[in-house]
Amino acid sequence: MPETPAARVLADVEPRPGVPKPDPILVVDSVVRRFGGLKAVDVEHLEIQRGAITSLIGPNGAGKTTFFNLMTGFDRPDHGSWSFDGHDLSRVPAHQVANYGMVRTFQLTKALTRLTVIENMKLGATSQRGERFLPSLWPGVWRSQEREIEARADELLARFRMDHMRGELGGTLSGGQRKLLEMARALMVDPAMVMLDEPMAGVNPALTQSLLQHVKDLPGFGKTVLFVEHDMDVVMDISDWVVVMAQGRIISEGPPAAVAKDQAVIDAYLGADHGDESRFTPVSFEASAAAARRHDQEESA
Amino acid sequence: MSARMRAVVLALLAVAAVATTAGAAIASTPPDAGGDLVLAQGGETVRGVLRDGEGEPVPDVAISVATPDGEVVGETATDADGAWEVGLPAPGDYVVTLDAETLPEGVDLRDADRNPLEVTVRSAQNRTLIFALGEGAGGSRFLNSFLAQAVSGLRFGLIIAITAIGLSLIFGTTGLVNFAHGELVALGAIIAFFFNAPASVGGFGLTLILAGLIATVLSAAAGGAIELGLWRPLRKRRTGLIQMLVISIGLALLLRNALQVWFGGGSRPYYDYTIQQSLVFGPIRITPRDLIVMALATIVLVGVATMLQRTRIGKAMRAVSDNRDLAESSGIDVQRVILIIWVIGGGLAGFGGVLAGVVENVSYLMGFRLLLLMFAGVILGGLGTAYGAMFGSIVVGLITELSTLWFSTELKYVWALGVLILILLVRPQGLLGRAERIG
Amino acid sequence: MDVDFTRVLVDGLRTGLGPVAAVYALAAIGLNVHYGYTGLLNFGQVGFMLVGAYGMGIAVSIHSLPLWLGIILGMLAAVALALLLGFPTLRLRADYLAICTIAAAEILRFVFRSSPMAEVTGGAFGIPSQVGGSGFSSGFYRLNPIPEGAYGIGPVMFSHTRLWMMLVAWLLVALAVVLVWALMRSPWGRVIKSIREDEDAARALGKNVFAYKMQSLVLGGVLGGVAGIVLVMNQGAMTPDQFLPQLTFFAYTVLLLGGAATVVGPVLGSILFWFILQAMDSLLRQTGFGSAALGAVRLAFVGLILILLMAFRPQGLLGNKQEMMLDA
Repeated sequence: MPETPAARVLADVEPRPGVPKPDPILVVDSVVRRFGGLKAVDVEHLEIQRGAITSLIGPNGAGKTTFFNLMTGFDRPDHGSWSFDGHDLSRVPAHQVANYGMVRTFQLTKALTRLTVIENMKLGATSQRGERFLPSLWPGVWRSQEREIEARADELLARFRMDHMRGELGGTLSGGQRKLLEMARALMVDPAMVMLDEPMAGVNPALTQSLLQHVKDLPGFGKTVLFVEHDMDVVMDISDWVVVMAQGRIISEGPPAAVAKDQAVIDAYLGADHGDESRFTPVSFEASAAAARRHDQEESA
Repeated sequence: MSARMRAVVLALLAVAAVATTAGAAIASTPPDAGGDLVLAQGGETVRGVLRDGEGEPVPDVAISVATPDGEVVGETATDADGAWEVGLPAPGDYVVTLDAETLPEGVDLRDADRNPLEVTVRSAQNRTLIFALGEGAGGSRFLNSFLAQAVSGLRFGLIIAITAIGLSLIFGTTGLVNFAHGELVALGAIIAFFFNAPASVGGFGLTLILAGLIATVLSAAAGGAIELGLWRPLRKRRTGLIQMLVISIGLALLLRNALQVWFGGGSRPYYDYTIQQSLVFGPIRITPRDLIVMALATIVLVGVATMLQRTRIGKAMRAVSDNRDLAESSGIDVQRVILIIWVIGGGLAGFGGVLAGVVENVSYLMGFRLLLLMFAGVILGGLGTAYGAMFGSIVVGLITELSTLWFSTELKYVWALGVLILILLVRPQGLLGRAERIG
Repeated sequence: MDVDFTRVLVDGLRTGLGPVAAVYALAAIGLNVHYGYTGLLNFGQVGFMLVGAYGMGIAVSIHSLPLWLGIILGMLAAVALALLLGFPTLRLRADYLAICTIAAAEILRFVFRSSPMAEVTGGAFGIPSQVGGSGFSSGFYRLNPIPEGAYGIGPVMFSHTRLWMMLVAWLLVALAVVLVWALMRSPWGRVIKSIREDEDAARALGKNVFAYKMQSLVLGGVLGGVAGIVLVMNQGAMTPDQFLPQLTFFAYTVLLLGGAATVVGPVLGSILFWFILQAMDSLLRQTGFGSAALGAVRLAFVGLILILLMAFRPQGLLGNKQEMMLDA
């Protein structure tokens, strides 16, 4: 049980689905997304506490990634509304969501393969004047800004211990390095909230520790974190609050210890197909890394 | 850098040499002088010969020629041979009107919309015009031309459908958008042409039925050869889909123009079944040739559907098309299935080419002309499904021909292509396709 | 066999440096913006060339507007086509976009050549240079400051009118190269390239992907429009059937030969492409090859280049092999 300021605040919150939080940054109301006859996501009410690390768990096909897609404008719900930091986000396009300060990463990493690591990073910066068509033709307009952005990018790369690869092409990085790059790049946007979709999947153990530390550090920089993770050890280690989804619905939420004991959660995992039981125990890293690599290859093929 | 460049230049020169010898080895055929334009010395005229449905000349029919402003420049009546000719003051646009009142009893314009005719006459041109005549039919003129266009649209749609099945299945199983599929159509038509042509023009003089069978088999072989010689090795090298799309465009250019060198630039009909008497079913008239084409096309389509539905290989094809990974893990030999799809797709394309050649003419460009319509049909029905391709193609054929009831014939492909774009925008999975799950 | 290889070389050079090579360089630079940098698989580049040429031709030859205004109108026509095509299609997958754009270009050609449109576009006969004494290309040649005569080095000679045409065409190519270079080194270019790599990633980082794609489509389309204007200026007349889909395929071959996503690749590609094609032509002609089949052999050869390039050297002459490998 982590002793973070956020965990202390949330300790007084009753652990039940849809419970209100003292200072929510994201508030979701009756969001439904159907695929054919199937309700992939059906969330009645959910609040995410500002400055906390909340993890979203659930068996495969529970609708976690679809929920991410809906929140960040990459998919449209059949109905429902949600607001982020005071902005109503229903019908807001994905790029605008990012500009409001909610930035996501992807389950299958999206390192920009034919851009260098430093270019990847600089892309994350917002409000670069040189990104507009006509101003881009006059370097005087954007050069000084570019220098500031580059300095910030180098600083972040150093923090993520990737400074030695700044000139490498994104496509040459390993799966784990791509995950790191994607997280660092998301931070270049300077978001109020980061949504990480399986940031640890396919990452080797040495990198996992450093990635975990980076996630743990984020609230200290004033960021809210919502992340999807399968490895329960990781979830127990770093979460201030855990939300459990199954078959599109929120079936449980609460501090990690409380959720782990929740009978509804255990049933959901056991009731789901048996392959998912292994998710409760730390799976072999080699195997999951290999799976992630296969995934990446398939995606780019 | 320079070594790389040198290697490429050398490779290109080698290719040039191969292309040169290959090109020189094939004797060129002069293009046909077909069409209705006959150049003559002296002033411009419009002229023609009126014949009724039985091919008998129709005399004493009044024909007048006017400028687009309505100023009459000449009037005449057909002579005993049905011939007429009107001299014109200058090149330009004219309106030629046949006085339907002066037609004899029982003879009527087959297509009332094609009177008056608007023509452009170039300098020194003697432009021949055709007023198609037939038996006077009762009932509404519009209904008659509607039915006539519907029949030819259905015929056209059936032909597109046959050629498009392979295109759709290839996309479904390999993800390849094959821009070279039209060339298999032209290949089939041209092979049949040479087997059908009499020995005096360098052919084998076989009946068209036999020639068409041979063409179908050879096109199937060509489809298989392209898969084995090009696409399978490329897939093994993990070539990207976009790269393969561009390669298929290169292949289309290569094949199409090789066919032109072989066949010549003109368009020619088959030697059999050129002139036929129409059969009349109530308001619909159709030649036995077209009727057979439509029947054959329908039989083949039903056969393909049955094969997909009932046979092991057909089920395997649908399985691979539906979900390749799942099919592979359930023990289906995916590479073999893809090869069979290429063979069947190639054969169907070639067969469709023969049918298209029977209905219209054979030309090296006929496949490319069909290609975008095939895409339209396949996308309309839902990419990757065989039934969707059949359904969509028939709709495209109908749209193409029925549009001529209201709009210019020159624009008939525009409507089909417009529907293609529209479908991609509002329902990219096609009318029969399923919406895919996102994320 | 009597083959004059100097002749072959001279023919190749004359065409490789000629205005047509510049036209294809321009069209390919436009495609480079679309496909090379943004990843938009536009197979309707010839449609942009058509509206550019006709925008200018209709304005100057039929409505007797001044040449400079006609050229601006031609470019605006390309902008309009990009907007019209882009709004619905830019959300489509790459292969669907390819089919959609090629269909759109064919629709344009069919419509422009149809007789109901003849009053506006001249129908299938198009717009000849001289209509009522205000031909578009005569206006262009009146501006020629080069004194009459022939110019060149050794056997590679050009007349003063051809030289004027070449000068203007290559100047436009140079301008386009500088423009693309300036854009692609800027933060705007970075966003454009990121969209090619993964548009969802760009979106997640707050980039308005649709707006950038549209800007790219307009920019490349205008370059295509200018290419169309230069093409018909050089020929002195325009017909819709000059704008067949294979023009787009040629432009792709030029781009892929030189190297997609490189600044000067399309220029080098075009010069080399036309040099090879014309030299081959010249060689075949001298060996007594029938001229009827020559055009077909030439096109078949382009197809072969395209296949070999994509299969064995997708990065082209100037591209980076390592970058290409990452893609596969």
